Amino acid sequence: MATAPVPPAAQPERENYLNKHYGVGSWLFTTDHKRIALLYLLSITFFFFIGGFFALLIRLELLTPGGDLVQADTYNKLFTQHGQVMVFFFLIPSIPAVLGNFLVPMMVGAKDLAFPRINLLSWYLYIIGGIMMLHCMLTGGVDTGWTFYVPFSTAFSNTKVIEAGLAIFVAGFSSILTGLNFIVTIHRMRAPGMTWSRLPLFIWAHYATSIIQVLGTPVIAITLVLVVAERALHLGIFDPKLGGDPLLFQHLFWFYSHPAVYIMILPSMGVVTEIIACFSRKRIFGYSFVAFSSIAIAVFGFLVWAHHMFVAGISVYAALVFSLLSYAVAVPSAVKVFNWTATLYKGSIHYDAPMLYAFGFLGLFTIGGLTGLFLACLGVDMHVHDTYFVIAHFHYIMVGGALMGYLGGMHFWWPKISGRLYPEGWARLAALIVFIGFNLTFFPQFILGYLGMPRRYYQYPPEFQVLNVLSTAGATVLGIGYLLPMIYFLWSMRYGKPAPDNPWNAAGLEWKTQSPPTTFNFEEEPVVTWEAYNYEELDAPHKEEVPVAR
Amino acid sequence: MFDNFPLWPDRASTAAGNVDALFIFLLIVSGLMTLLIFVAVVYFSARYRNRQGVPAEQIEGSTPLELTWSIIPLFVFMVIFAWGAVVYFKSRTPPRDSTEVYVVAKQWMWKLEHAEGQREINELHVPVGRDVKLIMTSQDVIHSFFVPAFRMKQDVLPGRYTVAWFRAIKPGTYHLFCTQYCGTQHSGMIGSIIVMEPAQYEAWMSGGSTGPLSATGEKIFGELGCSTCHRSDSQGRGPNLQGVFGKPVQLEDGRIVTADENYIRECILDPGARRVKGFQPIMPTFQGLVSDEQVNALVAYVKSLAKPGEGGVKPAAAVPVNSAANHSSANQAAAEGSQVNP
Repeated sequence: MATAPVPPAAQPERENYLNKHYGVGSWLFTTDHKRIALLYLLSITFFFFIGGFFALLIRLELLTPGGDLVQADTYNKLFTQHGQVMVFFFLIPSIPAVLGNFLVPMMVGAKDLAFPRINLLSWYLYIIGGIMMLHCMLTGGVDTGWTFYVPFSTAFSNTKVIEAGLAIFVAGFSSILTGLNFIVTIHRMRAPGMTWSRLPLFIWAHYATSIIQVLGTPVIAITLVLVVAERALHLGIFDPKLGGDPLLFQHLFWFYSHPAVYIMILPSMGVVTEIIACFSRKRIFGYSFVAFSSIAIAVFGFLVWAHHMFVAGISVYAALVFSLLSYAVAVPSAVKVFNWTATLYKGSIHYDAPMLYAFGFLGLFTIGGLTGLFLACLGVDMHVHDTYFVIAHFHYIMVGGALMGYLGGMHFWWPKISGRLYPEGWARLAALIVFIGFNLTFFPQFILGYLGMPRRYYQYPPEFQVLNVLSTAGATVLGIGYLLPMIYFLWSMRYGKPAPDNPWNAAGLEWKTQSPPTTFNFEEEPVVTWEAYNYEELDAPHKEEVPVAR
Repeated sequence: MFDNFPLWPDRASTAAGNVDALFIFLLIVSGLMTLLIFVAVVYFSARYRNRQGVPAEQIEGSTPLELTWSIIPLFVFMVIFAWGAVVYFKSRTPPRDSTEVYVVAKQWMWKLEHAEGQREINELHVPVGRDVKLIMTSQDVIHSFFVPAFRMKQDVLPGRYTVAWFRAIKPGTYHLFCTQYCGTQHSGMIGSIIVMEPAQYEAWMSGGSTGPLSATGEKIFGELGCSTCHRSDSQGRGPNLQGVFGKPVQLEDGRIVTADENYIRECILDPGARRVKGFQPIMPTFQGLVSDEQVNALVAYVKSLAKPGEGGVKPAAAVPVNSAANHSSANQAAAEGSQVNP
């Protein structure tokens, strides 16, 4: 906020995690959670732009009904690898591995994660998986769709299914290790006085996410191993010709891949919660309901997978149960939205860039969530399943929701991460461009879906063209919106104003240490005597800053 | 409406109206919810924007409010769920006396065969106002049979039958899409459903066919030697198939299953899997020896044996009145020749 006093920049730069050591080795062998977070930041940004480039080619191909830009096989590889890269190499690690890695220890008042070396290992596993994926792409790619449906993937595709499967298998372990680290850290390393009910809701969200990562990821790992086994060794598991069951694959795949959506969205919800509290200068309305709704989402999220299979050939009674449970998981999400809205009530609301992203999140997540009701509805899903309606829906959640939260969080904590302020005007502009571009890209796809345009179509009947052109136009705007923050974040690292320790005058232990923090985060172990979101104390007119420790 | 910019899909089946009504209800409900949240967010943000000297008022929360906004949405969700379930059940339950069409999907085409014997590729002619049941299987990967104008979609799996049905209400030509990604030409695996007035349809039907599917099935039944064991008396080494279809069958392991299309199919391709009580496991598998089309014909034949008074020997009787008496077997041979065996 503009209101926060900016202290004179300390002239000789204070020692911090960035300038303590120099050299490539000091980064590649670091066990500092903040440095690992930056390693992740670099790597996922790289993959984001690869995935984004694929998306751009997809949208260009769909500009016209015929197939003219690329070959059908190329197109199939583009959407497959767009999905795989964005899901497994960007969205799943995005908030947990970057912001979570950076903030979880600081927010609970710890020096580092519980297992710093395992944390570094998780990054290496991610990189090994990423290199395998790049190798797979560069040597031919894979065309199964990110869903790997059998028997296409095990018996019919001529592409590099095994390589892609193993790449994701390896990257999966990085996700498991991150989750494991967070769970142990949150349980064991909270500072004195940091009780469960004083934890920031960001921590609750990451705790719920970690549960899914630890319990869900092994299932996809095993599933991919089985796909590889069937493809390479012709073991009959899924292919009916070998005596297998193709629906078994879908059950296993979605048992992870539905909860995986919550791996992407829960951390984003955590970020948005922090932002809304800070820029409304208020405690979060219904703290415990928001906290437990995260846990409820993580638990119920495991019980709804077959709503991806209503027309796949499962029994009508199974479909009935899964539809019902899907509505059950919608309730805690709705509760969160209502609580965020209620937090604004009688607040003192500031419109800084992070808050604009949070507003964007609220809008897009609401639309994404509500269209989920359509898909969970058996009668409507028969029509819209596997059409662009689904594409639009999950992009509203995973891009509109997860990515908006990620960008909001990057802006919010950028001063802490980099020690510099980003240019506020540009940031607000970027938030606006992303919001407009996003809606222009994906809203027409809801209409396309109801009209019946199937997903994964390289060519389409001409009556769908106008809406596709709108969508492609929107994607261009959206692309600019994503490039902007990267440019001004990089710019700010050199030219940005030095950031004060707490530029937003925000609650939370991470703001009570210097910007950027020192290697061990705190000079002395903090002792917590206040609740999360104590904005009343922070804003009290004549009150000294709460001491770090006593 | 606009040829190049439609905003609502054609409504050409009895199910379409039901799905649309539910969809519109959902649009209204979610529209109201969106409006409620947007208005609240915009109003609060404007009304409570940061002003000097006006601090935020700290509010702990409110359990009654939390319960309200949990229970009311839950209630609304349950209404949506129940309505959706009713529409779905209706669409999943083919009426008893539907006309049957066997569908075989393969990369990247649809092969359709009417019970009356007409074969089509990537086109399906159906009359207005008749229930049509699709009995579908795939020769290779998973496909999905989607007719947007009918609001109907069902995945088509290898190794088993899945079933869908519709009743067209409006003549016209409608898209048939494959909606389960199936490889290179996935987006080329499209076709047309041609809905005709009944009189036109009769004329089309009389255009020549290979004879009813059940007759084809009977022929195969003889050729493969099935009839030596599955005799129409109680002396056979295999179960008598008269009247079996659609009835419960006692299995060797004590279970009871209904002899539906999938069960008959399985008995042909994997006879040992669910063997009828009282018979020896002597039947060889026909996996790889018969094509999916031939299995369909055999299933159609076994079904025809269950129709009262038809006895299978006069398969023509299984065909609804109209039709299609004489048929060139050359046509059939050509069609068989084009098949790919699994």
